[in-house]
Amino acid sequence: MKAVDKMKKSTSFRNKESLLAWLFSTPAILLLIVFLVVPFIWAIYLSFTNQRLIPNPNLPTEIVGLRNYIRLIDDEAFLRGLINNFYFVAIVVPIQTSFALGLALLINQELKGMNIFRTVFFGPVVTAMTVVAIVWTFLYNPGEGLINAFLNVITLGNAGPYDWLLDTKLVFPAIMLLSIWQGVGFQMVIYLAGLQEIPGPLYEAAHVDGANRWQQFLYITLPQLRNTTIFVVLSTTILAFKLFDQVKVMTDGGPQNASMTTMVHVIEMGWGQLKVGYASAVSIVFFLIVLVISIVQRIIMREKGAES
Amino acid sequence: MANPNASYSLGYRTKKAVVTGAKYLLMILLAIFFLFPIVFMIISSFKENEFQVVADMSSLNAFLPVGELGLQNYRDVFTSLDFSKLIFNSVLVMLVTVILGLLVNSLIAYALARLRFKGKNILLAVIISLIIIPFEAVAIPLLVIVNKLPWFGGATTWLDSYHVQIIPFIADAFSIFLFYQFFVNIPKELEEAALIDGASLFGIFWKIILPLSKPIFATVAILQALASWNRFMWPLMVTRGPGVRPLTVGIQSFFGQDPRLWGDLMAFASMITIPVLIVFLLFQKWFVQSVASTGIKG
Repeated sequence: MKAVDKMKKSTSFRNKESLLAWLFSTPAILLLIVFLVVPFIWAIYLSFTNQRLIPNPNLPTEIVGLRNYIRLIDDEAFLRGLINNFYFVAIVVPIQTSFALGLALLINQELKGMNIFRTVFFGPVVTAMTVVAIVWTFLYNPGEGLINAFLNVITLGNAGPYDWLLDTKLVFPAIMLLSIWQGVGFQMVIYLAGLQEIPGPLYEAAHVDGANRWQQFLYITLPQLRNTTIFVVLSTTILAFKLFDQVKVMTDGGPQNASMTTMVHVIEMGWGQLKVGYASAVSIVFFLIVLVISIVQRIIMREKGAES
Repeated sequence: MANPNASYSLGYRTKKAVVTGAKYLLMILLAIFFLFPIVFMIISSFKENEFQVVADMSSLNAFLPVGELGLQNYRDVFTSLDFSKLIFNSVLVMLVTVILGLLVNSLIAYALARLRFKGKNILLAVIISLIIIPFEAVAIPLLVIVNKLPWFGGATTWLDSYHVQIIPFIADAFSIFLFYQFFVNIPKELEEAALIDGASLFGIFWKIILPLSKPIFATVAILQALASWNRFMWPLMVTRGPGVRPLTVGIQSFFGQDPRLWGDLMAFASMITIPVLIVFLLFQKWFVQSVASTGIKG
């Protein structure tokens, strides 16, 4: 009698628990479905249509098959944007990653005032990219701008002045520089957390074995930071493909598409020219790139797990 | 015997002092690199003469409070556009997004971490896989959707509203994941003891889990607040007038006006940046911890 009672109680408790779980989960599930899953599936559908944001009553929306994707091949702005994203990855990812690691190593030392330096290096991260873009546009001012003045001084008048944001060769490197300035503090903090997780005895043992600083860095620090580095490299790569704010504010992709990026192109097509079908096709290509990077990240990280 | 030892130690000390000095020099140079645009922005914002602002650019005067100084640029920003409205919009959108986000994301994460129900493992796997879909990939189709969504009071579109800037960002797969990881690691004994004492499941969440979870709430709140404050692409597309627009879109549109008044722009930029920098300085440790926690992924 008692046992049955207990069982009854426990099933009703289970039911209650399950009910509560769904109650807790429903708001998030609904929101994720409506604002992430549905638009994502909708994007796939739209990419095969000629849908416009404001439909033209004379031109009904039609399924156009692969037309949007085929057009991408001849779309100069799209190709330029894609090339620029890869260009950004090739230059910024190695520089920003090693710069962040260097900063983290500096900050991780037991010297007085390190907290102040950490704060200063991290400061740009909390500054809105739109603000950063405007301030740097001013710094890049052609002629009398501060960066031109600085170059003039350190090269004794041999370099510049340059029209940074109007020069098709200089505009994208100029945007890269401020992107590194704004973003490196973020990766620095992630590296700092990674450094602090390395067990101290490893260094003590290496010290006893007579390893110098450089050898310790090479044979302990770097291997121990392997997963942190994979994370930093791949998340910076994904961020590079999302590149939008600073370009939109500073150049809008110009001059002559020299600073075009995939996201600037997506927004220009979908929101500027209202061609949402075409913009969705570009979005899908963008997503596939991000997906490949994420899968690569997971595979490399898992390999490590299997080894150890 | 003692002599070589002493000279060794003296040499070692000098060497150490030189190395330390070099490290500080390097740190100071780096600090200048990270600070100069911000110092330049703030100093320029107080220079009332527009010609001087530009002329000072070619010398160190760019970083020095020289010439006619005052708050005229700040007054200009307030008179030439409805600046207080922009601040209000940004703060409102940020606060509501963060508060509702904390609630919605922590609740589902708690269910996933602690409650037993059918389909839990699948749900968790789906949510973790959703982290991969970047907002940027769905921005355009979402624009098509919100353009046609109804709202209370008979509105037939979500464009030019506060809710269009808030609701899509409340639920966030990555925030759920952060909460989940934290909840899973809280020892179960505490809850079991409370259960025996007759606490309800909701009571356990409210009275035991929440007080223990302040760090993760702070982390998610900071990440979401920064993301909301700095958000640009989405509000650019969904707000057309200054009425509900946030600061980021406001400054971009101010930047696009002719003639470009650098003094005013720097005052505007300073007013967006300084409050965040102050909050950052006050809660520095939390900020750094939040960012560090994004790295523990995979």
